Amino acid sequence: MGEGMAVRVDCHRLAKRYPSRQLFANLSFTIAPNSIFVVTGHNGTGKTTLLKLVAGLVPPSEGTVQIHCQERTLAPGEVRQTLGMVSPDLALYDALSGLENLEFFAAVRGIAAPTQQFAGLLEQVGLKKRSHDLVSTYSAGMKQRLKYAHALLHEPQILILDEPTSNLDSQGAQMVCDIMRRQRERGIVIFATNDLREVALADAVLVLD
Amino acid sequence: MIWKYAMGLFMAAVIIASFLLVPPTQGLGDMGRIIVYHVPTAWVAVLAYLMSMVHSVAFLRTGDMLRDRKAAIAAGLGTLFCVLATVTGAIWARGAWGMFWNWDPRQTSVFLLLMLYAAYFALRASVQDPDRRAKLAAVYAIFAFLTVPFLVFVVPRVYPTLHPNLINVAERRYEMDSILRLVFLSSVVAFTGLYLWMFDLRLRAENLIDQLERERGN
Amino acid sequence: MAISFAVGGMELDPALIAALMWVMLFFTAMTGIARAYVQEEETGTALALRLAADSAAIYIGKVLSSFVLLVGVAIVVVPLYLVLFSVAPAMPLALAATVVLGCLGIAVTGTTLSAIVAQVTAQGSLMTVLSFPVMLPLLWIAISATSTAFVGSNLVALAPDLAFMFFYSGMTFVASLVLVEYI
Repeated sequence: MGEGMAVRVDCHRLAKRYPSRQLFANLSFTIAPNSIFVVTGHNGTGKTTLLKLVAGLVPPSEGTVQIHCQERTLAPGEVRQTLGMVSPDLALYDALSGLENLEFFAAVRGIAAPTQQFAGLLEQVGLKKRSHDLVSTYSAGMKQRLKYAHALLHEPQILILDEPTSNLDSQGAQMVCDIMRRQRERGIVIFATNDLREVALADAVLVLD
Repeated sequence: MIWKYAMGLFMAAVIIASFLLVPPTQGLGDMGRIIVYHVPTAWVAVLAYLMSMVHSVAFLRTGDMLRDRKAAIAAGLGTLFCVLATVTGAIWARGAWGMFWNWDPRQTSVFLLLMLYAAYFALRASVQDPDRRAKLAAVYAIFAFLTVPFLVFVVPRVYPTLHPNLINVAERRYEMDSILRLVFLSSVVAFTGLYLWMFDLRLRAENLIDQLERERGN
Repeated sequence: MAISFAVGGMELDPALIAALMWVMLFFTAMTGIARAYVQEEETGTALALRLAADSAAIYIGKVLSSFVLLVGVAIVVVPLYLVLFSVAPAMPLALAATVVLGCLGIAVTGTTLSAIVAQVTAQGSLMTVLSFPVMLPLLWIAISATSTAFVGSNLVALAPDLAFMFFYSGMTFVASLVLVEYI
């Protein structure tokens, strides 16, 4: 799957229920190619859950999520190659250095890339100087930056971001904006936030209540 | 409606026949009659566990929550009948071997079977999210059922057991006289019918509970 | 250690020594394998891993590492155990084969169950509750094979036990490869 192939996300009548409460029901939407899609809403309305549903990490109570590439529905194995994700629930290995983490996940994904490419990614997220330090020594903001390098490792067409700028300084927030703009050229950005300045970046907004 | 009454009459007939028609078996005397209850309950237990696995497979393929409910009900009934088979077996063991429980391979394997499905319900009880509960329970039910053939069929045949075998494999004949065989087979049919009936009742009750909870939730 | 203190000095039946050995290996495995998925889930790396790889591939990796770890532990612990209980196994090679196959079975079933338990919020002692009945048939056979290896001389008598353990591990492994996709 090279660049320039139009990916589209179709969610059909999604519902997620827990015994005590219902997060959302009958949620249908389409995310168009080359767009930034924002999910917003108060705490506890299911933003994170919705992102995980789209990523195929959580089963829906009802409904379907389909990812189309050139009008073809992708199989779960292909979806994995198409997705990159940054989330507070996701973590990288503390016992490895930033560079080793990238090398490890590249190996898991079967990407044979030279070390320079990882170094380039780390430079892009501003971690060049600390790339050989263990992740356990990183600050929260640095860990967040490393997650971006990890999410972009396989050049995914869909980038899913939960609270994209959490723990980041203003430079970091600017970096995220740049990443989103570039990603929009390549495919889709889906992110969840309550920050109105971030919502302004969106081509489409979904409000959960 | 009618088949429910028919079942009741049929079951009653089997029970009466087991005491009046079945001749005392040689060596075991009146104790032998218990075969009319013990084996069918054990058969139904294995059948119910099998159905639980079948529904679990169907759940994983379709994601239909009704299948999850059916799998749980079947596992519950399987456990009920497994307890009955264990109890009737222990009563028989008291008569034939002199004590209720002596860790014969058969008894050990039935004990494991009960633990296996007790663990299934322990797993169900510890997951709150119904979607996740259904998924994990289904995976476990399939995984657990892999062990069932070993417990029920392999272990007792490989390890020396005092448990009698119904079918003499070497001589390929049933070790039962014709009246006992008739009553015994009728009992198998009756208990299977009883299982189906209980399954239906439980399913209707669970569906109502679910409906009620949905109405309360909305 | 606690076992040898508790029963120290008594003349023990080989079957009992075999049983205690497997109980020890079982609980060692529980403390290790139970963490296979749980730790990843707790720290959040499980999410990164699931995004990156096929669950069957993750499973195979975890089974292999658990198996190597378990055999490593057994290589240290089993000879020590034999010395402490002054058992000289009549068929050392058969004993080694039994231990390796038993570890394989524990690694395969334990890893699958660990994957299930990792998804549960209130884990408590769930891992042990699930593992015990699932692994007991395997342990049962392993104990019987071990006690034969301690005192017996007939290798043929061991064959069905070893075959069972191999078949059991193989079957659960194949089933798990399919099932972990759904966890």
